[in-house]
Amino acid sequence: MGELRRTELHDLHIARGAKMVPFAGWDMPVQYPMGVMGEHLHCRAHAGLFDVSHMGQVILRGYDVAARLETLVPADIQGLGAWRQRYGLFTAPNGGVLDDLMIANKGDHLYLVINAACADQDIAHLRQLQGVTVEVIDQSLLALQGPDAEPVLARLIPAVADLRFMDSRNVDWQGTELWISRSGYTGEDGFEISVPHDRARALADALLDQPEVALIGLGARDSLRLEAGMPLYGHDMDDGTTPAAAALGWSIPELRRNGGARAGGFPGADVILAELDAGPAVTRRGLRPEGRAPIREGVGIFAAAEGGAPIGRVRSGGFGPSVGGPVAMAELPADLSEGATVFAELRGKRLPVTVAALPFIQPHYKR
Amino acid sequence: MLKYTEDHEWLRAEGDEITVGITAHASEQLGDVVFIELPEVGREVEAGEEIVVIESVKAASDITAPVAGVITAVNDALADAPGDVNADPLAAWFFRIKPADAAAVDGFMNEAAYQALIG
Repeated sequence: MGELRRTELHDLHIARGAKMVPFAGWDMPVQYPMGVMGEHLHCRAHAGLFDVSHMGQVILRGYDVAARLETLVPADIQGLGAWRQRYGLFTAPNGGVLDDLMIANKGDHLYLVINAACADQDIAHLRQLQGVTVEVIDQSLLALQGPDAEPVLARLIPAVADLRFMDSRNVDWQGTELWISRSGYTGEDGFEISVPHDRARALADALLDQPEVALIGLGARDSLRLEAGMPLYGHDMDDGTTPAAAALGWSIPELRRNGGARAGGFPGADVILAELDAGPAVTRRGLRPEGRAPIREGVGIFAAAEGGAPIGRVRSGGFGPSVGGPVAMAELPADLSEGATVFAELRGKRLPVTVAALPFIQPHYKR
Repeated sequence: MLKYTEDHEWLRAEGDEITVGITAHASEQLGDVVFIELPEVGREVEAGEEIVVIESVKAASDITAPVAGVITAVNDALADAPGDVNADPLAAWFFRIKPADAAAVDGFMNEAAYQALIG
């Protein structure tokens, strides 16, 4: 284990009293003195600033680059409009998921944001593409999320108010070019902002100077995305989980499925598309425990209060501060109806939990 | 006068019972507490036995019986307001125990020793 990497805002985190933890090789803030619960609720009520500079940023260029990326990602990238962004998956030959990513069409190139833990592997994977140049971008990445994200950011950069959900744009801030998209990982409206390292602290300070904004750590980032029903790579899905089993089939449009104009042509297409045609046997479902006890990753789910083999397991779970109770996502039989009662085995006891719709909260995107 | 365990519990001897809670240091380390499961009144417990489950936003932990004895009371209000443990850890007691050995509490740390432990 080598030295942990530090983001450009490391000093800021320390100065603001962050508790730092190792995360995917980086020394990252898990919470600030406000605490996970307070930070979570602040983000849903006002605006939260997240340092997500550990995430990988990549630019792809080349003739027909969208078509070439489609050989790794089963999304409609050729049809992605200029200055629009879309969610996608890198798939594996066995049908599993190698990583999830955001893809933006920035006119003459594609801009990708990938998970920190998968970045090296993803970049090696991308470098196999013939005729595509892969540029790893060494910039800071901030996320500003919450109902006040637009008024806050528009005070610095009025043009951002024009962006809609999943729009992407390059804007000028005091002579610095920022790459902004209207997207995030909380279920709230908000922005993700790529900024050169030498201006990252100034931008963070300018945002934190505004009364609506508080710094939010990885702890609340996890509970926010969990309530929003968003999967976390390495937990809710991995290279042994197909897109349909992760309930991410929606990211594969008809066009790339059997019978579509550009069907297949990506790793694991046979397995992935056959499963989408037939419907998956298991998939990612929401769970609401009836009591207050959180059910966390690894907890077994059973059909009955006694006996029988597990029918699934929790892949991520915890307490949902906005829900006001525990929430979880589990891999479970796809034919279980919503509202059905199943049982989570916790400390030797089986506790009733209800199969629930995802997301657990109403998202607030500006479409 | 309060005594302290190495597991960051505070103990308050009152008559022939000991009231038990967790210290401010422990509540800060745990983070926001969201769930507490208390033992049944009347249960006979061994010293070191895990008798309380406490879950924070981060993780589940156990609280152990500091001494052998019988549980005489539990703070049921915590089940509905687990956050009280963060708001006022000295007021948010978990359980009362009647120790098998009346002198059992004497061996625990005093305030100065506990402060030295947590630095």
